[in-house]
Amino acid sequence: MTEHDLNLTRRGFVGGSAGLTFTFAVGGFMTAKSDDVMAAAGKTAQTIGGWVTIATDGSITIQAPAAEMGQGVMTGIPMVIAEELDADWSKVSAVFSPPDAKTFGNPKLGGIVYTVASKTTEGYWDKARIAGAQARRVLMQAAAARWNVPLSELKTEASTVVHAPSGRKMGYGEIASFATVPAEMPAITEADLKKPADYRILGQSKPRLDIASKTNGSASYGIDVQVPGMVYATLLKTPIEGAEVDTVDATAVLKIPGALQTVRMKDAVALVGTSVESVFAMRDAVKVTWKGGATAGFDSVKALDEYSARARKTDEKGLAYHPKGDADAALAKAAKVISATYQADYVYHAQMEPMNMTAVVNAAGDEAEIWTGTQGPSIVVNVAASILKTKPDKIRFHQQYLGGGYGRRAQVDLLPYVLQLAKETKKPVKLIWTREQDVKSAKMRPMTAHYMQAGLDDKGNIVAWKHKLVGEAVTGYLAPARLEAAKGLDPLTLEGAEHQYAIENKVVEYVRERRGAPLAAWRSIGAGYNKFAVEAFLDEVAAETRTDPVKLRLSLLKDDPRATKIIEECLALSNWGSKPADGRAYGFSFAYVVGTPSAAVIEISLDRKSGAIRAHKFWSTVDPGIVINPDIVISQTESNVIYGISQMLKERMTLAKGEVEQSNFSDYEVLRMSETPEIVTKIVHSTHRPTGIGEVALPLIGGAVSNALFAMTGKRLRHMPFTPERVKAALA
Amino acid sequence: MAAVMLTVNGKAVSVNAEPDTPLLWVVREHLKLTGTKYGCGVAACGACTVHVDGKAVRSCQIRLSQVTGRKITTIEGLSDKGDHPLQKAWIAEQVPQCGYCQSGQIMQAAELLAKTKAPTRDQIVEHMDGNICRCGTYPRIVRAIERAAKEA
Repeated sequence: MTEHDLNLTRRGFVGGSAGLTFTFAVGGFMTAKSDDVMAAAGKTAQTIGGWVTIATDGSITIQAPAAEMGQGVMTGIPMVIAEELDADWSKVSAVFSPPDAKTFGNPKLGGIVYTVASKTTEGYWDKARIAGAQARRVLMQAAAARWNVPLSELKTEASTVVHAPSGRKMGYGEIASFATVPAEMPAITEADLKKPADYRILGQSKPRLDIASKTNGSASYGIDVQVPGMVYATLLKTPIEGAEVDTVDATAVLKIPGALQTVRMKDAVALVGTSVESVFAMRDAVKVTWKGGATAGFDSVKALDEYSARARKTDEKGLAYHPKGDADAALAKAAKVISATYQADYVYHAQMEPMNMTAVVNAAGDEAEIWTGTQGPSIVVNVAASILKTKPDKIRFHQQYLGGGYGRRAQVDLLPYVLQLAKETKKPVKLIWTREQDVKSAKMRPMTAHYMQAGLDDKGNIVAWKHKLVGEAVTGYLAPARLEAAKGLDPLTLEGAEHQYAIENKVVEYVRERRGAPLAAWRSIGAGYNKFAVEAFLDEVAAETRTDPVKLRLSLLKDDPRATKIIEECLALSNWGSKPADGRAYGFSFAYVVGTPSAAVIEISLDRKSGAIRAHKFWSTVDPGIVINPDIVISQTESNVIYGISQMLKERMTLAKGEVEQSNFSDYEVLRMSETPEIVTKIVHSTHRPTGIGEVALPLIGGAVSNALFAMTGKRLRHMPFTPERVKAALA
Repeated sequence: MAAVMLTVNGKAVSVNAEPDTPLLWVVREHLKLTGTKYGCGVAACGACTVHVDGKAVRSCQIRLSQVTGRKITTIEGLSDKGDHPLQKAWIAEQVPQCGYCQSGQIMQAAELLAKTKAPTRDQIVEHMDGNICRCGTYPRIVRAIERAAKEA
């Protein structure tokens, strides 16, 4: 099995929402506890059902299964557990769970320990509530036995079991000192779970449990790992995907102080030394030539023109995605057809922590210990076991904080290198990429072309909608077998091309390019560029038919009350319809991705001389269902808006002769503080099951910016990002 | 390679490293003060910001030989108990997300507050603009600096 085969893609698991199965036995009881938990508990403690450890002093340690990369899940999931446990939140702390899929796997992601696709809260919602309720039940049973009273007479309040008839109370810590945890956890039914009206913890902006450690330098990221006896390594990896090492000239390398050895690998040369400064200097000194490569000769600027021409070709049919009615027939019969081509360049994750991984392998080569911050603990373990031809239980994994994930850290591409180096050196190896390596070995969001067509009847109603998308398939790069299983319709690449607008005949057609570029999921993935095309093109239709673009949306969503509400709330929030100040313009957009509807209005200005667009204010409304922690919803929306404006106005990766042309933050620029708008977010509360928030608002940006620029200039830009050069050219 | 004496977070320490070693790697790996982060290595992101004699510098650009005998402060030494007004404000405003850039942000902000007790919003933005936060915590960083200025 290759790394890619194991690299489960995100949306592949999205299926019918499973009914609540409340009576599962929690496996791995008492074995699932990690050293970390006991170290954190630090005293006599009982682990109940794998997730919850209660010390006799009442402190509660919850194992958080999802990777913490800023999205707040190390607080959110423990809040869900603590709610059903009826814990005193002030006594709760969280540690990373071990990669034990049986206990901690995400049911929405094939049951593995994996943090992708905005599926954490949605995926763990039942499992976490049940885990909390089971632990509470065990504590109540122990108290009932101690007091010799029926369980039905007991209630709980914050970390306390109460027997009202006798007025007795006992704290969870005290119970933990004598309770026996049953071999099988009690069955919990839906009736045993709290009603939202009774929530004491959920729905409150509890301070995040990881924040303090991120203000004093103590939070440990993968790059911070120190293992006794370790050596350092870095890679000079092929600049052309798939190319191999041809010649290596290491003459100058071993003279560098601290240099230990160079290791020739298939598509990289590894530099091993006693310090980071030595291996980085070795990387500068080694001279390597390469041969071959999947992207050799690839020129992305030229290729995008080819994609666009292909998208407009009428004689090539793509694979139909979310078809309804007969779009082609309706277009042929339409009184009028409007068409436009949208484009999006490659983008790079630019996570602040360069990729790194630390590992040690035993002498026999069949056991390993690995430290990194990853979105896929289960994948690290399984791929490492596969590389070492051993069993997953021979891999000890230590999760760390992630210095940004955004999809990049769902990839485990450093793993084969660090394991080989650990084997060769017989020492723990800390492999760190330079920022330059991180950029050159980017796994990008695909570059795409979108040919949009709308057919109108003689009254100007939209009777047909066709969105032809041309680009490489993310899943085709990561896991070809899964793309095949999806019949070629890559859920990642296509995400967000589908929409909720009630149009009789509509289709997304996908035409796959095969250029060999390295790809990965990137925050909001397909929805970033697809919603740009959909939301901007819909405004084009509105302009063509002289319809108000927001009214047009509302008429197309009139049978969707949840979507209608989110739009109406956004209009009220932004005072839509008011006249913008001189030199300013507003743009609207709507998106409904990862199960969470949202809407936005942006206010921009334009420096016509330079072509620079500036975002001043951003209003958005979001409805993620039952809200775990409102402040995290707000902060994730802020994060989405800034990340999204960054990709819309600045970010662009280009490949020339198969190589990434950018190298660092100096030539791959991301949004800075001075470019950040004021952001106003309103949560529209609902009682739906909770859905994602970490990728919800980003897809709103492309359409909103494009529509605002049109409102201001009457010009329609269709190529993301809207760099000053492009804007200037369009205005000329 | 001779041992070099430095003052880091108020303590005299001895480091065995080449004189041209970036201060970043001296504090992170030699002294195991890993709160200071590597982001770009070219002074383009600010994640590695520390103080040398009270001045915020990019530690990826400063060589060990340039700091002999000078006072270096890292995030670990900004306060005794993580209770510098900025650190308290960072918690109150729930600033960090992934958190990776935040040591550098706080060290950069500390220099501003040390010389300007009540900075305007424009002064804050101008002073902080060299520090990238990929998670986009900028609005909260501004609020936290304003809060710290008020509460200090």
